[in-house]
Amino acid sequence: MIFSLLVYAAPHSHQGAETAYRFAVACLAQGHSIHRVFFYGDGVHGATALAAPPQDEPNLPARWQALAQTHKLDLVVCIAAAVRRGLLDANEARRYEKPGHNLQQDFELSGLGQLAEAAIVSDRLITFGA
Amino acid sequence: MTLHTLNRAPSNTALLADCLRACSSGDTLLLIEDGVYCALAGQPIAWPAGVTLCALAADVAARGLDSRLASNIAQADDAGFVQLCCEHTRVISWY
Repeated sequence: MIFSLLVYAAPHSHQGAETAYRFAVACLAQGHSIHRVFFYGDGVHGATALAAPPQDEPNLPARWQALAQTHKLDLVVCIAAAVRRGLLDANEARRYEKPGHNLQQDFELSGLGQLAEAAIVSDRLITFGA
Repeated sequence: MTLHTLNRAPSNTALLADCLRACSSGDTLLLIEDGVYCALAGQPIAWPAGVTLCALAADVAARGLDSRLASNIAQADDAGFVQLCCEHTRVISWY
């Protein structure tokens, strides 16, 4: 079955950010495919490369990246939600003349069309709320 | 048949009421995150008839509620969560 995940929850604010990751792992372990993980609203904080949680706590952006590399996941971050929260890739940093960029590797900034497409293509779209 | 997930404690009465109103006979309600507090024995919750109730096992264990769940509530692990999503044609998240 083809799944897509919609993540509204930010790490360290809501458990939903972690639940989404656990769900993705369980999903892949059962042989299902994940078409896309879409980070929206405060969920975009799950894609920052600058998070530095204590070593005995999960670093979700790093975990997603590792999972994406193993399973070729499409990790998409809503660009409008991201830039207004200070989550930028190199392009956006240039466009807005900001001193740095912080999008974790293997994540991509894109538009809501990617969410619509995921909803159409996937058998199930599972929302992880804040 | 719809799978509903609920991730808030029963103190969020408006959300719980909305969720329960939307549950039809044959649906399943999976309690996740702080939603597992709804599964405690003795909660004054009028569960709708014909709705299967379960709680996410890792979230129950994380809160130390294993021995305190109501008898009508089963536990599902993360793999079971995925299976429930497959078995139901729709999944609605209440949060």
